Amino acid sequence: MKPAEYYQRDRQRHAPALTPDYKTSVTRSPNFAAISLENTVSEITGPRFGHSDISPIDNDLIRNYAADGQSPIGERIILHGRVLDENARPVPNTMVEIWQANAGGRYRHKKDTYLAPIDPNFGGCGRTLTDENGYYFFRTVKPGAYPWRNWVNDWRPAHIHVSIFGSGFTQRLITQCYFEGDPLIAKCPIVQTIPDPDGVQAVTAALDMNATIPLDSIAYKFDIVLRGRRSTLFENRLEGN
Amino acid sequence: MAQDLSYLKETPSQTAGPYVHIGLAPGAAGFDIYDQELGKDIAGPKAAGERITVQGIVIDGTGSPIKDVLLEAWQANADGVYAHPESDGEVEDGFRGFGRVITEFETGEWSFDTVKPGPVPGRNGTTQAPHINLWVVARGINLGLNTRLYFDDEAEANAADPVLNVIEWENRRATLIAKRTVQDGKIIYRFDIRVQGDGETVFFDI
Repeated sequence: MKPAEYYQRDRQRHAPALTPDYKTSVTRSPNFAAISLENTVSEITGPRFGHSDISPIDNDLIRNYAADGQSPIGERIILHGRVLDENARPVPNTMVEIWQANAGGRYRHKKDTYLAPIDPNFGGCGRTLTDENGYYFFRTVKPGAYPWRNWVNDWRPAHIHVSIFGSGFTQRLITQCYFEGDPLIAKCPIVQTIPDPDGVQAVTAALDMNATIPLDSIAYKFDIVLRGRRSTLFENRLEGN
Repeated sequence: MAQDLSYLKETPSQTAGPYVHIGLAPGAAGFDIYDQELGKDIAGPKAAGERITVQGIVIDGTGSPIKDVLLEAWQANADGVYAHPESDGEVEDGFRGFGRVITEFETGEWSFDTVKPGPVPGRNGTTQAPHINLWVVARGINLGLNTRLYFDDEAEANAADPVLNVIEWENRRATLIAKRTVQDGKIIYRFDIRVQGDGETVFFDI
């Protein structure tokens, strides 16, 4: 059986390249329209990873950089959910990577000079593979809001960057996960590049009391949807007729 | 009103931001946390074919280098096979076909070592010229930019390539052709990406 194509990307679901209120986009947005390609083997294939590529501790940001017996400062959270496609089918065995600021809003990055301190026990990155049901989870601390240079007084809402591969290079996606109830979401020029309020909701993790571990960690649920692909019935075939 | 189709909608993209290195290349951010970072070795030691270095710079609309960019490469091996079950054929042990690079923070220059890919099947029985698929993310880029790198010593294959031929403006096709030189015995392909403005690189909606 020949593999089927992916659904064309709904470009209106995403921010346009040029979003002037997010100033950095002004000189980093192509002037010309992207040229739309029909899928070939170059697009429907993509990198694959296995458990030998990562360590079991990589999804535990509370422990993966902390000194023995210590842990980072901040609100302990679990970030969990499923990676699905547009057909609502799970995407199993796919790599999910995250990165974030610490509880004070400071990144462990040599280019970050914000005055909030580095946390010696917090690296700020993690990765994991989804299981056979597309499920993933991380343990971390809730990141802090931080200021950034756009307008003079812009603050990013608390967020975790999320990178997902899927099974074809055409599904590759990087997004950001925000947290339910954060008043900075509505004020953020980066969040507001997303054209549709429903899209903003889709990048806002929900407080999940059922998954919360009593007396230990608060849980947030963040499902991720990658592009789906056709069933094989009357598909547009990649080869021949 | 009609029935609900009940498809889910793709999660909206958001910029990778200035600190993408922390998550995807933490060594470059200044700390070692993982035993192995992804995309460090594209071809592995056993891959057949010509060993090449691909290098370039990503340039913004002011003509300045974008120094906080991250690129990912996805390519077939020298036989035109991707390391994926939906590509017909086998790849060498250790051939991943996936690369991830960041720039020198001071200059914006990036480079990676790999093998030159072979031609791969196109749609409807056509053949695609050898190419490397590239994905570019950075602060200020809301949705990752897809492009392709082709090789200037493959003029005949490039002229017949079904994707290059989709580009209506023939003068823009040259933006996708890397230039080959030999320096100190190493084969170098130069591929500068212009995100905006004069000589703007062709990007694809895949």
